[in-house]
Amino acid sequence: MEVAREHIYSDADLDRVEGNQIEALKAHSQQPFPDPDEWLDEKLERNILLITVDAALNWARRSSLWPAICFPACCAFELIAANASRFDLSRFGMEILRASPRQADLMITAGTLTWKMAPQVRRIYDQMAEPKWVIAMGACAISGGIFTSSYSVVPGYNRIIPIDVYVPGCPPRPEALIYGIRMLHSKIARRSLGTEAK
Amino acid sequence: MTVALSGKEIATKIEERFPGSVVKSSPDSLVVKSEFLLDVATFLKTTPDLDFDYLTAITAIDYYDRFEVVYQLTSIKHNHSLMVKTHCYGRDNLSLPSVVGLWRGADFQEREIYDLMGISFDGHPNMKRIVLWEGFEGHPLRKDYGT
Ligand code: SF4
Repeated sequence: MEVAREHIYSDADLDRVEGNQIEALKAHSQQPFPDPDEWLDEKLERNILLITVDAALNWARRSSLWPAICFPACCAFELIAANASRFDLSRFGMEILRASPRQADLMITAGTLTWKMAPQVRRIYDQMAEPKWVIAMGACAISGGIFTSSYSVVPGYNRIIPIDVYVPGCPPRPEALIYGIRMLHSKIARRSLGTEAK
Repeated sequence: MTVALSGKEIATKIEERFPGSVVKSSPDSLVVKSEFLLDVATFLKTTPDLDFDYLTAITAIDYYDRFEVVYQLTSIKHNHSLMVKTHCYGRDNLSLPSVVGLWRGADFQEREIYDLMGISFDGHPNMKRIVLWEGFEGHPLRKDYGT
């Protein structure tokens, strides 16, 4: 027996079903969803937090460091790995690497520096916003690493800029870099406005 | 695949045209006198059947008693290649003719050889250091550098 090949819906049927769906949704959507944060307004008044200026400032500073882009050699890849999803530097509020040093307050020196490049790195550092910090990442950044006796390599970034934290390794793993960042956090936490004035 | 032409065979052709220009030749390469370098290079580039229209690389080696400058030539047209060398004696005021006029690709590589080995190339439009900075003392790829 031949199966009758009928369309289940005619165009008019389809239109009617669609119309019914719209009407049903509309009927259920006459009120906006309640604001889940509505309770905040009244309770906030009863939640005043007392804290020292130092603690609040240092907390704000260390919780959102903005790294400047400065990775002249192979350590860069561990920095990039640390920055990417697996190690996730955004946990520390620092996932964005700034191409403009004026929007950055942390330099992670991930790589060998040559004397020819040194003036540019010094300039990036000079352009960064105060207060600023530097993490020397890797053997090359600390001392020139295996290239230390080369005719063209700066034997350590501390020849041209002041360093706050040294992270050894060739290259350091992302965990090591993150440990260094945590050390920098505790260093920042110890700052005080009283002693900061220069 | 690119066919590496025999240095011996090409040397015979060069000798026919420029007698006394080839110092020695082997199946892999041939060495020409530096005063013939530009003539030989022009010959290799412009002779039909050779047509070395592409300079793959230039490099230099320090053998203490001499510098050897190596030209790796390729013909894209015929898909064959050849290694041509020349020697440069002494340690000071060394110079060779530049081949930038024949192959533009020689520009940066001749500057690099000047920078690191201290061989200057006559006729180069911009003969100055390329990787190191102006004012750097010496040529660090020389074997006696820093000793
Ligand atoms: S420390 Fe090692 S990995 Fe890092 S830049 Fe130097 S050589 Fe490269």
